[in-house]
Amino acid sequence: MTPFTPIAALVGGLLIGLAAVLLLWLDGRIAGVSGIGGRLWFARSGDRWWRVLFLAGLVLGAWGSNVLGVAQAPARSGFPPGLLVAAGLLVGYGTSLENGCTSGHGVCGIARLSRRSLVATAVFLVTAFATTFVARHLFQVAGS
Amino acid sequence: MSERARVAALLAGTVFGAGLSIARMTDPRKVLNFLDLTGHWDGSLLFVLGGAVVVAFAGYRIVLGRATPLFDDRFHLPASTSIDAALIGGAVLFGIGWGLAGYCPGPAIASLGLHDPEAAWFVPALAVGALTHRWRERRRGEASREPSSSP
Repeated sequence: MTPFTPIAALVGGLLIGLAAVLLLWLDGRIAGVSGIGGRLWFARSGDRWWRVLFLAGLVLGAWGSNVLGVAQAPARSGFPPGLLVAAGLLVGYGTSLENGCTSGHGVCGIARLSRRSLVATAVFLVTAFATTFVARHLFQVAGS
Repeated sequence: MSERARVAALLAGTVFGAGLSIARMTDPRKVLNFLDLTGHWDGSLLFVLGGAVVVAFAGYRIVLGRATPLFDDRFHLPASTSIDAALIGGAVLFGIGWGLAGYCPGPAIASLGLHDPEAAWFVPALAVGALTHRWRERRRGEASREPSSSP
């Protein structure tokens, strides 16, 4: 069980929205994490550094919030590492194939009223609901 | 791309990472408790998504009314509008991975800053998965440009 934390969720959500607006206003870019990271490897040199710095910022922002005491390190234990790797491969391949993840489609795409993003978000949400049900209730996969 | 544009990317990423961790989306238990409709449901994620979309919707309206962004000569917006098998198939694969472990790309990368030992498993696999797809796309692109090289 985790407690319902609507205030922290809303504050965090507003900051995520602000970050998306900043990146479009200043650099003309969509704040989609899978797209920014996925195009890093094959990017031309002029297109590479802003991607590296955005991803470094993600790490820095979480680290700083933890240091300031407004965010805690997650402490799930006992979750199978093999499933973490399998899930990572699926999320990496899938978000590259559909050109977006929770941030690119779920936040930025929906904010642009993109039909593609609305469809993608509906599909990955419904699939995730079904997967979590199967994993947790039929196979008893859980960390604590 | 200018120096200022790179600093701006660092700033936006930092605000994004702070938002994710303050919203506790870096805790996969919280994400899975949202996705688990038949368990002890935690609706916090809806407030994260709702807050982010409302701000982005309003902000995008204002920003896209300008001719260009501040530090670039044009807006880089996705051109594709087609709803195809790649979009649906990719979303299904992503949904399976997300529902399995509770990490999507943003929170997983941000978790590296929280010394989350799980991120050390998930993030390299995330990179390998994404690179595998991009590498296949490039090979397909090269094959279609050189039909004579195929058997």
